[in-house]
Amino acid sequence: MAKITYIEHSGQKHEIDVANGLTVMEGAVQNDIPGIDADCGGSMACATCHVYVKEDWFPKLPNKETGEDDMLDQAYEPKANSRLSCQITVSDELNGLVVHLPEKQV
Amino acid sequence: MIKTDALIIGAGPTGLFCAHQLGIIGLKCEIVDNLDKIGGQCIELYPDKPIYDIPAIPECTGEELTNNLIEQIKPFNINFHLSDRVQEIKKEKKNWRVKTLNGKEFLTPNIVIAGGVGSFEPRKFPTKSADKFDGKTVLYSIKDKTIFKDKSVVIFGGGDSALDWAIELSKSSKVTLIHRRDEFRGAQSSVDKVKELQKNNKLEIFTKYSIKDIKGNGKLESVEIKDDDGNSKLISADYVLGFFGLIMQLGPILDWGLNIDKKTIPVNTETFETNKQGIFAIGDICTYPGKLKLILSGFHEGALAARGCFKYARPDEKLRFEFTTTSKAVQNRLGLKND
Repeated sequence: MAKITYIEHSGQKHEIDVANGLTVMEGAVQNDIPGIDADCGGSMACATCHVYVKEDWFPKLPNKETGEDDMLDQAYEPKANSRLSCQITVSDELNGLVVHLPEKQV
Repeated sequence: MIKTDALIIGAGPTGLFCAHQLGIIGLKCEIVDNLDKIGGQCIELYPDKPIYDIPAIPECTGEELTNNLIEQIKPFNINFHLSDRVQEIKKEKKNWRVKTLNGKEFLTPNIVIAGGVGSFEPRKFPTKSADKFDGKTVLYSIKDKTIFKDKSVVIFGGGDSALDWAIELSKSSKVTLIHRRDEFRGAQSSVDKVKELQKNNKLEIFTKYSIKDIKGNGKLESVEIKDDDGNSKLISADYVLGFFGLIMQLGPILDWGLNIDKKTIPVNTETFETNKQGIFAIGDICTYPGKLKLILSGFHEGALAARGCFKYARPDEKLRFEFTTTSKAVQNRLGLKND
């Protein structure tokens, strides 16, 4: 279990306990957090679960798999700390993770 | 105007199999899709990716699945209306009058929405200043490449479209290619070609830059780009092209008075009809308790929706349940010769 803070573009914060094994995307979708669309359902086939990972957390996350950057090219305003939240699996180590949601996904 | 028993919106696997099921029970249908090819997400998003959860097919790619479905519906001679989008629907007595973007009209008692997550549209630049040049000098697809002759063209993107057009247009235009990172995701041969052109000063490349602003008063003059540290650079341009892939948007479906729940359409699980009589929703776009966004669920949903269409298409007939293995009528529809 990890406490994850999702911060909407408006600044609205959501602190959610997400079970291990779920993805950061699923944590958001299951808790009705607006700002993560996840159109493709987590198959890394779209870029609508795009998040900006808080800078100090970014290097602590497992590396991107092949293909994630290719999809991020197609995200709305990707930055150096961009990730697809469907590709981040929650574990105890991620307790305290903070992700910012982009202004929009599409 | 085209009269048909059912109009299917979306030529993905779910729409294709629903067409098959309509054909099996003797109904005619037409299929409209926004893409220029058949296959939906399977062909647009993952043509080469293997799929492992199609019943009785241990492994196949999105393209193979699509080709097999096309083969399977061949006996029914279904008309496809590609690169078109259903724009407007209107109830007319017991039928729906349907109009598309390209001006086609259909009259049908049944509409089956198999639209996935919506229609694919190019992702646009995030900068508001791009909007005023949209469709004129800021473009997301190319219809006529001659307009770029002897012009300065700035191309954004790192995939095949961006690379292919950079190579092509560098023959007769001043091309600048801009991508947000060092690696390009296009074919290696295109990446090599672009780098060779750069070496020979046939085009310029800036990586780790993204768009900041598009400048020009009435006429496009330049593009401002920025790197991750906020440093910016101004590049003069007559045309700006963006190739950021496609996004999916529900579009006009939102205006048809259907119940919508988080970009999906609630249905009853008996016939997959929506809150509007004669409008069905199947595949990723529909929702109900227990919904799984799997292709196999879409097949099941299409089979039931087809039966749902029957009562509106043939109100005076009773649908008989028949097996393809034994029914002569069904085998005739499949074009099989009976001994």
